[in-house]
Amino acid sequence: MAKGVKPRVKVPKSAAAGDVITIKTLISHKMESGVRKDGDGNIIPRSIINRFVADFNGQNIIDVTLEPAISTNPYFQFKAMVPEAGEFKFTWYDDDGSVYETSKKIKIA
Amino acid sequence: MEFKTLLTSAAIVVLSAGFASAQDDSILAVDGDVIKTRAAAPAFAENLDTVYSGWHFRSGETQALQMDDFENPAFVFVDQGIDLFDKVEGSEGKACASCHEDVADFAGLRSSLPRVENGELVTMENLVNECRTERMGAEPWKYTGGQMTAVTALIGLQSRGMSINVAVDGDAAPFFERGKDLYYQRVGQLDMACSNCHEDNYGVMIRADHLSQGQINGFPTYRLKNAKLNSAHARFKGCMKNIRATPFKVGGEEFKALELYLAARGNGLSVETPSVRN
Amino acid sequence: MEFTRRNLLALGSGAFAAASFAGMPAFASKTDDAISAFTGGASVTEGGIDLTAPEIAENGNTVPVSVSAPGAVSIMLLATGNPTPAVATFNFGAMAGTRSGATRIRLAKTQDVLAVAKMADGSFRTAGTTVKVTIGGCGG
Repeated sequence: MAKGVKPRVKVPKSAAAGDVITIKTLISHKMESGVRKDGDGNIIPRSIINRFVADFNGQNIIDVTLEPAISTNPYFQFKAMVPEAGEFKFTWYDDDGSVYETSKKIKIA
Repeated sequence: MEFKTLLTSAAIVVLSAGFASAQDDSILAVDGDVIKTRAAAPAFAENLDTVYSGWHFRSGETQALQMDDFENPAFVFVDQGIDLFDKVEGSEGKACASCHEDVADFAGLRSSLPRVENGELVTMENLVNECRTERMGAEPWKYTGGQMTAVTALIGLQSRGMSINVAVDGDAAPFFERGKDLYYQRVGQLDMACSNCHEDNYGVMIRADHLSQGQINGFPTYRLKNAKLNSAHARFKGCMKNIRATPFKVGGEEFKALELYLAARGNGLSVETPSVRN
Repeated sequence: MEFTRRNLLALGSGAFAAASFAGMPAFASKTDDAISAFTGGASVTEGGIDLTAPEIAENGNTVPVSVSAPGAVSIMLLATGNPTPAVATFNFGAMAGTRSGATRIRLAKTQDVLAVAKMADGSFRTAGTTVKVTIGGCGG
């Protein structure tokens, strides 16, 4: 597991049924690109978050493939439909096999 | 354009056009609260009329990052600071939170540091490590390391919006004078003093960078350059290396005196911790 | 043919020019390859896709970009001047509120950033913008 990896997600607490809401997500991750060299001139191996998935009540909102050109602490903003109350699930997949998850509930106002 | 990524509806902002040669007129509001980013210069700063936060010298996109606590990448580290604040460490089996039940009680601390205690000039890093070693029985943190910047950012955040107001008289006077001397002292192969860039040439472009006044009201700051929080002493060290001078020691007497002097040069600006800079 | 020095020189520089021309669009072809892989070789037309990025990036480490293509199934972002052009691909699901996304990317130098969208009808659209990436002042 990469060290110090922590997700942060911003989702409104409630919405009207049928609303489209903005979701912002961030995860603290170095995103080692694989092109940097260490002090001895050796390439530091690539180690990044390579995929981010957001689902709502089991249905997919967005599925992002990340490459090393995504900045440190990958940030994504996107819009989601909220047809009913439920739970958002956010998953990040690391090159090293780790999977990071967090979820947020939303109510219908 | 259907939506603007970085301008949230909560931000009240008037953005001036791109890279003006002087600082811009924008207003910094974070989630609706306006933060004071310019003030009349303190009397002792004879060569300045107005003091400007470094925020004014950054591009519109960078400024926007600081206007929303989610957009602000520093908050990833503030979250780490919260975890560290609650973490039990050391022989006494305590966490910071064991004594400091509510971190919000630290409001007003950042805005008055550095200060003199028992004849010594102390910074926030000194206070944190003193607590750790004396009261928690824990190992001190590296002065400019990630744990220290995370926690000093968390503590500094509690003073966000409050006016910087460090004492420069009485016991602080000798440290203030030392800091002032250092500020105007030429160093290094490039033979430059802080004032050459930050007092004589703020607002001007140095290659593609927009020179600021070098105010420290936003430290620890998230720098786009290294995608992490940076403490003031780390920044001083970097600046000295850029001038090809041998830097003073982080946490040492020179940098602490310089930190006091610089804080005082910004008296009247609001604390912006954690800020976003280049 | 008798080789005078003039002939030899002309021949030499011609060969050199031919060689360098053949080897030239190194980075451009990497981008082309990435686009072909995404489109399967189908043609790509301009328009129908909005790409927003700053004209001048304060720091190449963190450049905010956003892309929007109503009706798109997925959108690929490319940085044509990076060692590897691929940046990210947004694939939209049933619950996507709009066919858009924003992120922060690394740009190695001044270059064109491209977006290629795969539309629901199988067609492909593209848009591009130039982002200037600057070197910091004191190098610090």
